[in-house]
Amino acid sequence: MSENVWILGIHMTKFGKHPTLDVVDLGAEAARGALRDAGIRMSDVGVLGAGNLRGPGGFGQALQKQIGQTGIPVFNVANACATGATALRVAIMAIKAGETDIGLAVGVEKLSGAGLLTGNERPKTDSWTPEGRVGAVAALDGRVGTDTMPGVFAQIGMEYGHKYGGTSFELFARISEKNHAHSVLNPLATYQKKFTLEQIMNDVMIAYPNTRPMCSANCDGAAAAVVVSESRLRTLSLEQQRRAVKVSASVLTSDPWSESCQVLPDVNTLTRAAADQAYEQAGVGPEDLDLVELHDCFATAELVHYDNLRLCEPGGAVDFFESGATWRDGKRPVNVSGGLESKGHPIAATGIANIWEVATHLRGEAGERQIEGAQVGLAHVIGIGNACGVHILEKAAL
Amino acid sequence: MAVSEQVPLVDYLVLDGAPHLVAQECVQCGARYFGRRNACASCEGAEFRVVDVPVEGELRAFTIVSFAAEGIDVPFVAGVVDCGGTSVRGNIVNTPPDPDHVRLGMKVRLATTSLGTDTQGVEAVGFGFEPVS
Repeated sequence: MSENVWILGIHMTKFGKHPTLDVVDLGAEAARGALRDAGIRMSDVGVLGAGNLRGPGGFGQALQKQIGQTGIPVFNVANACATGATALRVAIMAIKAGETDIGLAVGVEKLSGAGLLTGNERPKTDSWTPEGRVGAVAALDGRVGTDTMPGVFAQIGMEYGHKYGGTSFELFARISEKNHAHSVLNPLATYQKKFTLEQIMNDVMIAYPNTRPMCSANCDGAAAAVVVSESRLRTLSLEQQRRAVKVSASVLTSDPWSESCQVLPDVNTLTRAAADQAYEQAGVGPEDLDLVELHDCFATAELVHYDNLRLCEPGGAVDFFESGATWRDGKRPVNVSGGLESKGHPIAATGIANIWEVATHLRGEAGERQIEGAQVGLAHVIGIGNACGVHILEKAAL
Repeated sequence: MAVSEQVPLVDYLVLDGAPHLVAQECVQCGARYFGRRNACASCEGAEFRVVDVPVEGELRAFTIVSFAAEGIDVPFVAGVVDCGGTSVRGNIVNTPPDPDHVRLGMKVRLATTSLGTDTQGVEAVGFGFEPVS
C-alpha cells in the first residue's frame, strides 16, 4: 500500500486581466505562493508537474529559470481543461511511487481576450480537395455540427434534458444565477457580479441555451500546490501539520468507448468512473461532501455533473437543483467560488484552482464565503478529448 | 468540361442515387464510426465493413449557435441525430433556427446542402437534417 499524500501548501493568483504579466510571471507567483504557504523552498521539491496550453512550450523549465533551477525532473503536461489536475496527479503519483516525498504542481494560462476558440483554420484553395480522416473538402466546424465549446456543452445539457426531461432555458440560466451570486464573496474571481435571472436570459446568446454569462470567462490566472508524503509531513512543524489537507482520493480517467462518444463528446462516462473510483479510494460517499467544486465550463455542464458525481439519484439532477441543495446555504454547496462562469477559466490553472478553493474551506481560511465546519470536499475537472480529474480532500488529523 | 460535377463534403456522404451516409462498422462487435479507422475503439478489432446509415432519425440533442467559426452563417442549428441506433452529427436545416421550430425528439431526415462551386465548376455538397413534416 503506497503512502498517503497531503497538500502542504497551495496558492491561487487573482483571476482576471494581467496585461503586464506573462505566463512565467503568473506561474512564479502561484508557485512561490504555494512554497511560502508550505513553508518550504524550491530546493526541497523533488518533482515538478507543469501545465500551460497556450504559451510558447517548455513552461516548467522556463518557470524553474525564474524561481529555482535545482535539476529535478519536470513533467510538462497537456490534457485540455484537465491539465492542472494532471500536473497535480503527476506530483502525487511520484510520491506514491516512492520517487520523492515533496512535489510541486503548477498550472497557468493567459486567456484574456482570446475570444471564441474554433477549429476552422484551413487555407482557402481553388479546388475542393479532400483532406484528413473523413476526406473533408472544407472545414467542418459549423458545417457538420459545431466544435465550439459553448455549442458542444449546450448539446450535452440538452441531451440530458431529452433523456430525463425537466430542463429549460430558464433552468440552465438559474444555475448560472447561483454561481454568479456565489462569486460576490470571492475576491479572487474575475467577475464578482450578481446577475438577475432576467439579465442572464436577456444577455447575448452564444449557443442556445447558453448566453454569455452562462459561459466560462476567459481570463489570466495561475494556481500551484505543494504535496508531501505522510511520512515526511510527520517530520515537519506542528503548524505545517495542522494546516495540511489530506488528499483522500486522486483520480484521472479518460472516456471509455460508448456508441456516440466520437460524435458528441461523452463527458458522463468518464466523470462517473472517476467519481466512483474517488469515493472508493477515499472511503466516503457523496452524502459526506461539505462542498463541491465542479467543472461548470457552461451552465449546461453543471447540471449533468450533479448526476455524474452521484450528488443526486440517476436522472434526478433537475430536482436536485430545484431543491436548492447546491446553493451555498444548501445541503451540498456547489461552486461556492463562483465557478468557471464568474471566477474564470484559465484552462491549465483550473484543475489546481478548484483544489485551492476546497482546501481553503477545509483549513477554515475562506473568509466571508467560508462553508462553516467543512471537513470533506470534492474538486472535479473535465478536459474535452476527454480527461477527467477528481480529487477528494479531507480535513484530517495526521 | 464536365457538367455539374459534384464532390461530397465528407467521404462518408454518398451522393450516387439517393444521398445517404455510410459508416465503418466493426465486423467483430458492430460498433460504427465515420471516417478512416486504425482499429475499433470498443473491441480492438481491425476489420470493418461499410454499411448504410438510415436517412431518418430523431433529434437527440441540439444547440443554436450564434457565435461560430469564420465563414459560417449564424445562427445555425447543430445537433446529434439518432438514426436507427447510429448517432450522427449534423446541422438541422430547412427550418427556422429557433427553439419553436427545433425540438428535442423531433423526427428528421437527411438533406443535402450546397457549399458552392470551385474554380473548376465542381460543386461541393454537404448534408444536414430537415424536419419530417
